[in-house]
Amino acid sequence: MRAGPGRWAVLAALVVLAAVMLFPFLIVAVNAVKSPAEYGAEGPLSLPGELYLQGIADFWKRVDFGGKLWNSLVISGSVAVLAVVLSVLNAYALGIGRVRGRLWILVLFLVGNTLPQEALAYPLYYLSKEVGLYDSKLSVIIVFTAIQAAFGTYLLSAVLGQFPREILEAAAIDGAGRFRALWRIVVPISRPTINVLLIFFFIWTWNEFFLPLIFLISNDNQTVPVALGVLQGEKYMDATMSSASALLGIVPAVAFFLIFQRTLTRGVTVGAVK
Amino acid sequence: MRARTKGYWWYLAPSLVLFLAVIVAPFLMNVATSFTRWSGVGTPRWVGLDNYTRLLDDERFWQSFQHNVGLIVAMAIVPTALGLLLAAVLFDYIGRRFGARTAAALRATYYLPQVLPVAVAGVVWGWMLHPSYGAVNQIFGLRLNWLGDPDLALATVMAIMVWFQLGYPVVIFMAGLQRVDPALHEAAEIDGASWWRRFWHITIPQIRPETFVVLLTCTIAALKVFGPIYVLTRGGPGNATMVPSYFSYLSFFQKSNVGYGSAIATVLALIIIVVTFLFLRVQERES
Repeated sequence: MRAGPGRWAVLAALVVLAAVMLFPFLIVAVNAVKSPAEYGAEGPLSLPGELYLQGIADFWKRVDFGGKLWNSLVISGSVAVLAVVLSVLNAYALGIGRVRGRLWILVLFLVGNTLPQEALAYPLYYLSKEVGLYDSKLSVIIVFTAIQAAFGTYLLSAVLGQFPREILEAAAIDGAGRFRALWRIVVPISRPTINVLLIFFFIWTWNEFFLPLIFLISNDNQTVPVALGVLQGEKYMDATMSSASALLGIVPAVAFFLIFQRTLTRGVTVGAVK
Repeated sequence: MRARTKGYWWYLAPSLVLFLAVIVAPFLMNVATSFTRWSGVGTPRWVGLDNYTRLLDDERFWQSFQHNVGLIVAMAIVPTALGLLLAAVLFDYIGRRFGARTAAALRATYYLPQVLPVAVAGVVWGWMLHPSYGAVNQIFGLRLNWLGDPDLALATVMAIMVWFQLGYPVVIFMAGLQRVDPALHEAAEIDGASWWRRFWHITIPQIRPETFVVLLTCTIAALKVFGPIYVLTRGGPGNATMVPSYFSYLSFFQKSNVGYGSAIATVLALIIIVVTFLFLRVQERES
């Protein structure tokens, strides 16, 4: 195929679009390491004359950002593990056990996962106060375990529905009980899908905002997105500190993306082959 | 056979209990509360359909759903249309002429905003659009109050959401395109079909299933949108960017009008369930 100058025009257009998409990340990074004086004099578009890390350090100390990271990590990690365990148990019963009424149970889970959190928020808020879990990480962990497990059950049931029966029958003949078959055979073989679910649940929970905003009101319990969202517009948040806060929100998210990217693509291709 | 499947119920028990406590019961409580007047303390007073009739007369309620339509355009329709085009160009134009690596790098760049927590995306843009020190005004030499001007605020939020959402359809569609048999394109090319004709008559029909999934998930996400509104505008200025989710949040936690908030949330839930059902029906008929 003969390629004229047209192909360069197409590439240029796509590169310009890429630059637009990247621009907010770059400009935040540049200004997060700029001193307030320099920002005042040169504005947001100049490159910093020197690396100024005080803004990031001040913001970090002021909001105890380490604590927020820890809260996000504890909540997202617990939800990922618990929701995957529940998804596996459910999918075992639905996909392999083929219990009666499984279609209705799946529909129930799917509707539950699709419901807007607004339609659960006030009763959950009220109930959590009644049982003394309001403003605790545990309350958020419980709620998101249920929500994520609903999705995981749906996905994993479809995968386990295709599980080779012969393997399970062979295990049964060898005298393996049901739980043993699940733990020793089904889980190891479904590992790639399970890993993908773990990562999805972790990132989704990390990114959640609405329910954590309602449940985690004290500073000691807030997650990263909640803390950054609430602090926006505070009086002490000047231009450079705001960009420092934005950068601190961006960095973990991009780090997860880079760390998990390979597992995710591998998992997706494995899922596609199934 | 039935005896064999019986024992599996135990595996469902923990989730069913949790699901009942965290999703089913709260949802029913929310529906019940929507028929009451309640400030959150004391005993709710039954008022029947009062909240719903008040909603129908409430201008803010209708406005909030109009804004939702705008957000569906920004989060579902524009990203899907643009995503189809970008995915096709990256896959069989850039990929073939400049190598798969170039295509993959561009795809990753478009996807990057998607990895952010949406509240953080809001913080980023709130800073860039700040009327006095923001970067956007500086670049274009403007003095616009992007998020504070009632005539501009919704359009600004919509543009931000296009930026945020675009990468998702691009990635899903590019994965879908790998399924398309290259022989189809080759045959059409030999017949002299232009790139646009092939895009329209081969690519788009072939990745219909992906298009459905993307439209459905993005539409639901647009109906539920809360984080960007909370961070960027709090529904304002005035009600210029009010959406149902934020409207219900306000009623719950700031106006202590829990019954009214529950009615809004119930309507939103019903709309989402109906939209999901319609999409699935259409998809079923297609296949």
